[in-house]
Amino acid sequence: MKITLTLNDELISAEVEPRQSLVDFLRALGLTGTRSGCEHGVCGACSVRVAGQVVRGCLMLAVQADGEVVETIEGLTATAEIADLQDAFHRRNALQCGFCTAGMLLTAQDLLLAQAAPTRADIRAHLSGNYCRCTGYQAIVDAVAEVAQARAAR
Amino acid sequence: MTQGDPQIGKSIPRPNARRLLQGKGRFVADKVLPRMLHAAFVRSPYAHARILHIDLAAARALPGVVAVYDGPAIAAQVVPFVGILTHMTGMKSPPQPALACGVTHWQGEPVVMIVAQSRALAEDAAGLVEVDYDPLPPVCDMATALAPDAPLVHPDLGTNLCWERRIDVGAVDDAFAQATHVVERQFVIGRHTGVTLEPRVCIYDYDGSEERLTLHYSGQVPHMMQAVLAKHLGLPESHVRVIAEDVGGSFGIKIHTYGDEIATAVAAKLLRRPVQFAADRYESFLSDIHARDHRVWARAAIDEAGSLTALEIDDLTGIGPYSVYPRSSAIEGNQVLNLTGAPYRIPAYRGQLRVVFQTKVPTCQYRGVGHPIAVAVMEGLMDDLAAVSGRDPAVLRSINLIADDAYPVKSPQGMLFADLSHQACLTRLKALMDYDGLRAEQAALREKGVHRGIGLVSMVEITNPSPAFYGVGGAPIAAQDGATARLDASGEVHIANSVTEQGQGTETVLAQIAAQVLGLDPARITVTTGDTATVPSGGGTWASRGAGIGGEAMLRAAQALKQQITGIAAAILQCDPETLDLANGAVVDAQGQARITLQALAQMVYYRGNELPPGLATELVATRHFRVEGMPFVFSNGAMASYVEVDAETGIVRLLGHWVVEDVGTILNQQLVDEQIRGGVVQGIGGALFEECHYSEEGQLQNATLADYLVPMAGEMPDIQIAHVVTPTRTSALGAKGAGEAGTTGAPGAVMNAVNDALRPLGGQISQMPMTPERILRALGIIEGPLHDEA
Repeated sequence: MKITLTLNDELISAEVEPRQSLVDFLRALGLTGTRSGCEHGVCGACSVRVAGQVVRGCLMLAVQADGEVVETIEGLTATAEIADLQDAFHRRNALQCGFCTAGMLLTAQDLLLAQAAPTRADIRAHLSGNYCRCTGYQAIVDAVAEVAQARAAR
Repeated sequence: MTQGDPQIGKSIPRPNARRLLQGKGRFVADKVLPRMLHAAFVRSPYAHARILHIDLAAARALPGVVAVYDGPAIAAQVVPFVGILTHMTGMKSPPQPALACGVTHWQGEPVVMIVAQSRALAEDAAGLVEVDYDPLPPVCDMATALAPDAPLVHPDLGTNLCWERRIDVGAVDDAFAQATHVVERQFVIGRHTGVTLEPRVCIYDYDGSEERLTLHYSGQVPHMMQAVLAKHLGLPESHVRVIAEDVGGSFGIKIHTYGDEIATAVAAKLLRRPVQFAADRYESFLSDIHARDHRVWARAAIDEAGSLTALEIDDLTGIGPYSVYPRSSAIEGNQVLNLTGAPYRIPAYRGQLRVVFQTKVPTCQYRGVGHPIAVAVMEGLMDDLAAVSGRDPAVLRSINLIADDAYPVKSPQGMLFADLSHQACLTRLKALMDYDGLRAEQAALREKGVHRGIGLVSMVEITNPSPAFYGVGGAPIAAQDGATARLDASGEVHIANSVTEQGQGTETVLAQIAAQVLGLDPARITVTTGDTATVPSGGGTWASRGAGIGGEAMLRAAQALKQQITGIAAAILQCDPETLDLANGAVVDAQGQARITLQALAQMVYYRGNELPPGLATELVATRHFRVEGMPFVFSNGAMASYVEVDAETGIVRLLGHWVVEDVGTILNQQLVDEQIRGGVVQGIGGALFEECHYSEEGQLQNATLADYLVPMAGEMPDIQIAHVVTPTRTSALGAKGAGEAGTTGAPGAVMNAVNDALRPLGGQISQMPMTPERILRALGIIEGPLHDEA
């Protein structure tokens, strides 16, 4: 099937198999920052933004993205929308292996867009759909809290 | 080491994290090679079955399918592998085929391999393979696996016993007979698994023109894999290259030999094309090694003064159908035997270990390897002894912890401990957590019907192992690591090291070590790890050895390069090299004055050698190796506390706080050490409260998805406070001990003790992990009857 979508600010058309997931479609285009972790909608490694909402790239088919605006970690990096989060994650070592990181960043940004002054418990709750085996989460919570405060002070 | 800015110990951020933050990681599954094919496997649906017939015709006929192999087809290309270490006398395990041949021994064992143009097509073809099985009796329960009439996993062995060991030191029976207090308990530590977020993945690329095999590897031990592949595929080691770039979590899961990966290598060799195998999550649960699965009966005795007089343990552990190659699956139980009671002075010890075969996923080394069990058992007994003798648990530990100035000490098990600080760690821990304040809060809340508990543990961790671990047993696993430091014409330094990076910060701390010795900004140092073609040979990353062994090799290589640089500088400057040092990117004199920059020196050496004195040695590269000598292991130690609240009506445990005081010797980068500990603590909490591979009586894994297998998520986890005591190891100049497994070692025991501290006034005790709400309510007698999930 042919689909047309806006992908990280570029209008693209592509021929896809109906059964192909959005994450597999994106990865086949070389956007490998979005990853497959469980293919079950549980781990959050495949998180992408579709029409402004963070969704699971493994639970959505590529054909469902037809006509949509799709943004990935590569796109959010290019626009510098999450540069402060990326810097805070870096300083605080809020990542180890890095496999969950794109999903964490998109999900954290999702929270910060919705809530200017989240508590640590709010942050933990919002990130509870993103699995990280390495960090134990505290550094991630610290980094997100730091950015929330910095943005509120701007 | 140098007069420049100290770099060792600084919490500098990891330069290699930048690309991961921008979605530019270089993971194996991100790689696309020309003409690459994809593998999928048909796996056994039975725990134990005879394969009667396999029909591959329909799969082979599917367009896009390039090859289909059954077990014998792969076996014909592979020298069989056997997971036995020769120094563990009496260990038995049969050769393990890459794909099952004739009989399957666990649900999930690969039976048929499909190679196709895409993974989706390979999976389509897998669905067309027809296999007729004749089910055989499963062997699930390790307690009955040793019964005389039990069905045998491997009839040729004549037993389901893989290995056993006994230790008996001191007058154990007399000590128990004369004790003031004796406690005993049966602990059950559930089977769980690593759940790396990146599932196992490999690309094997075979160039038939040169007969060279390249493995794009997600794992920790490139040189071990090089040796394994060469031996078992019949290639010279020099024709096998293993490259590990970014690894999406490993934790011991990715240091083993997996049949599906070996089959992928064979397919690449036969087809002379790159073949990728990327496990999906279901395959991960059914084929990644599992770990733990121990039942430990234990008892301990104290005298009137509260001093331990004897300890006895009996560990029974199930390892699945094969001892995993090449590390073996008996190490975990052996470490339970060796480490239980390690922090304490215990005059009499008896231990028994039995390692048994089952028809479940094979188990092997996973973060902590035996330590969490040894700690949970001993520390559980310590709390029981404190309760029965009316002592505060911290006081009983103070009485029994080996004094910090008493080392070296040899334990009854023969472990040699040196440079440890248990007493200092416990003292620091009590201050860090405000132990007395929390006890007061706990008592006040008990009056109000709130059930909180405090759990303490003291622990040791095996780090920096010598050849005594694997090499003496015949495994191709190096105990030494190598490092190279090289000054390039730009004045920048390149370093390479045989320890690998999985996100723990290996490359960062190696650069810090070199930067300090060479008086350079770490940003001017480039690091290579993980490529057998370009880094010195060495052991890789396991047993918390990267910083201690790889770091010491790095220190020595950098010092050797420094000597080369100052030697050349002395010739240029016409002075004594002993008066020269390196700082701020330059050679400096005794007054600290910059005399020549490293860049100017390097450019003279590389481009204008005619200006140098004739015959001057102009090497600007040095390689050094390091291994631990004189000690089998370098132990780190620590103390940990957990504070929990148990809801006595629902059995739900809320984690309120967690504190760690750890002595890792010299700290190379405190933030990275702390984050290793935090991640490890949460991994340990997973095993304590959530994670378990549930098997049915038929040997079917019941929860092989991430929706069903619970892992710790951000919402339930506590903040973790960390402090350090620093006792450098004297086995190296650097003084670094390992830090990677400390968190996982101590957390399960701390949480279990905290839960039991909360339950004690209610008259309940739990000794089984994970401590699910159901099990806690059973411990309280609120619900009764058999557990729904025991097999």
